[in-house]
Amino acid sequence: MTETSHGVLSVRDLRVWYGTDRGPAKAVNGVSFDLRPGETLGLVGESGCGKTTLGRGLLGLLPRGAFVDGDVTFKGEPMPPLGSKEHRALRGTELGMIFQEPMTRLNPLMRISEHFEETMQAHEPGVSKDQVRHAALEVLRVMGIPPTRYRSYPHEFSGGMRQRLMIALALVLRPAFIVADEPTTALDVLVEAQIIKILADLRREFDTALLLITHNLGIVAEACDRVAVMYAGRIVEIGAAREVFRNPEHPYTQELLRSTISLATTGLTYIPGAPPSLITPPPGCLFHPRCPHAMRVCSEQHPLPLQLDSGQRVECWLHGPDDQIPTGGREPMVMREELSLADEA
Amino acid sequence: MRDLRVHYALRGGTLARLFGRDVGTVKAVDGVDLEIAKGEVLGLVGESGSGKSTLGRAVLGLAPITEGSIAYEDTRIENLSSRRLREIRRDLQMIFQDPNAALNPAMDMETAVGHPLKIHKLARGEELRRRVIDALERVGLSPAGLFMKKYPSDLSGGQKQRAVIARSLILDPVLLIADEPISMLDMSVRSKILQLMLDLKADLDLTYIYITHDLASAKFFCDRIAIMYLGRVVEIGDTEEIFADPKHPYTQSLVGAIPDMDPDRAEPRDLPRGEIPDAASPPLGCAFHPRCPKAFDRCGWESRDLRILLETHWTKVPESEYDAERAIVGDIDALDVPSHTSVLPAGGGHTGADVQRVLDTIQADDPAEPLWKGVRDRRVTGSGVEVDFHEGEDPKLRPAGGVEVACHLY
Repeated sequence: MTETSHGVLSVRDLRVWYGTDRGPAKAVNGVSFDLRPGETLGLVGESGCGKTTLGRGLLGLLPRGAFVDGDVTFKGEPMPPLGSKEHRALRGTELGMIFQEPMTRLNPLMRISEHFEETMQAHEPGVSKDQVRHAALEVLRVMGIPPTRYRSYPHEFSGGMRQRLMIALALVLRPAFIVADEPTTALDVLVEAQIIKILADLRREFDTALLLITHNLGIVAEACDRVAVMYAGRIVEIGAAREVFRNPEHPYTQELLRSTISLATTGLTYIPGAPPSLITPPPGCLFHPRCPHAMRVCSEQHPLPLQLDSGQRVECWLHGPDDQIPTGGREPMVMREELSLADEA
Repeated sequence: MRDLRVHYALRGGTLARLFGRDVGTVKAVDGVDLEIAKGEVLGLVGESGSGKSTLGRAVLGLAPITEGSIAYEDTRIENLSSRRLREIRRDLQMIFQDPNAALNPAMDMETAVGHPLKIHKLARGEELRRRVIDALERVGLSPAGLFMKKYPSDLSGGQKQRAVIARSLILDPVLLIADEPISMLDMSVRSKILQLMLDLKADLDLTYIYITHDLASAKFFCDRIAIMYLGRVVEIGDTEEIFADPKHPYTQSLVGAIPDMDPDRAEPRDLPRGEIPDAASPPLGCAFHPRCPKAFDRCGWESRDLRILLETHWTKVPESEYDAERAIVGDIDALDVPSHTSVLPAGGGHTGADVQRVLDTIQADDPAEPLWKGVRDRRVTGSGVEVDFHEGEDPKLRPAGGVEVACHLY
């Protein structure tokens, strides 16, 4: 791929496996993607598809005992091993994280000013309070938090304001890459829309690349440049958000879009079954047991990543390559296990 | 339901309680009239803090009713003894939001789903078992034998919610109150649960109160929708009419705030500023006016809005300008006491004329700001500026088009 040269982050064949009694759970299993400066990449998929593990893995926030493999290049240099001391040094200054529950991440006994002082002094020991105030007011202004509130305590803020504070705290050191894991799930509709607007404006104000993990496809359509669809530990489709939403190429993306309830919904559709076990995944394409277009080859061989003319990269035999499909592989799948209605996420 | 009010007294400190001082009330539900016909799906839609859940709980007698009445068929339930209430609750059941919290982790599905029958002493032994199997199969947990001995921790989120629904069905209820039944579930499971609820309604002739903050699912699911804001119904009508022509500015914002999946239709929009205010001291006049893009003089402008105006202005100016202006304007905490006249004092070494100049600049920067329509007079006094607002009025629910709206615009 050619885009690597200017990327903030380039991930190649990343794997994160957890040890369990029944063998490794392959939460992230061979993921590759690139992020350019100031770009927002949406990461979508059902629960249990490895979205959060991928986001946390890139920041080295995995539990002990997680097995990590793959190449991650950050700003043109190989990223220090995830979880190492050198990697930890990057956190805050270069890598940031925005969590789902803002109240649990702010210290109720510390003023907002003290949060900023602690954050900045941890990374630049000599920094003065005036410098902190200057930098903090700058980001707070972008977040729409009045400077009069700089010396308030977290409980004096509403839920939406707290999430803005979290974003401001993550941005004050101007990291090159931020992971936001479901940042608006705990918020109300109108506040959610306000925060999405802020996130969508980030790329103009700061040059931060953002990995936005969400299950809300509408948010991705509004706030993201590109979108990656994850299924059972793999990215099955990645491309420009506009293109993916207009012409989803992978059956999983199509079904996901169709089953989302929106204002245009006139009938309910859903994907039968649930994402597969990450410990004993099905053979061949991981989605084939639930796929409406499954062919014989899908249950036998894992599909190859394919760059389409429309710009998307998909992993699906429907798009070929034809020379790799054995004779008769395109015939519809004969044996299909019956999926129980209640077998769901 | 007639003029239903649920007020919670604020506890305050020990001393205040000791001397019996009134520390205020939270008006969670404040004067709501609703009627639900049999077989109807009524949606209660609003943000958190709008009182929609409290209203739902009040119907079951789970929230203390301060004033007003609730009638189920011909029985008034607001003053029923707990024994009579328990009888009526067989007909009125609830589906909770969080299936993890609604199921006892130490009960297997057979015990949990059959529990209501046991409590009401309606069935036991083989009969109980048969009805549990029935209920489980009905919600799609089939074959039931596979799920009877399972504990909540063995089930997925969607399966747990199915079990919660099975439990609410086992007493053959008439009315189900579903409080955000799908919002904790994964996107792909939501349609399945909603479909299940539709099927059950058709099969069992159920009536639903569907409580949600998600307008998209309400649009699909409900016959009628009541939009709630701060304890009041601000707009109510048939779902089709409400979506075809949302009248209340709050409804318009809610409809506009739904992220659109179609990138061609995703357009920048005006979002209401701020968040739902404190129900312990709601805004004067119309409760929505501080956030309303269409507010005008009668909507009830007051001192707290002036503080928000200043603070919003200060988020837009450079730090040096803020420091200078902050010194000119004195204490702004006094503005937190709601009033139609407010005094903005000058800071040390500054005069009222300086403060007036700051306000002039703010008004010149954004003359379209609706707050200025509410200002009757703004004059320099010795120590600051006195801002005098028009008296506001609290809008009542009035018919407008095919719906009812509480807004001065109609």
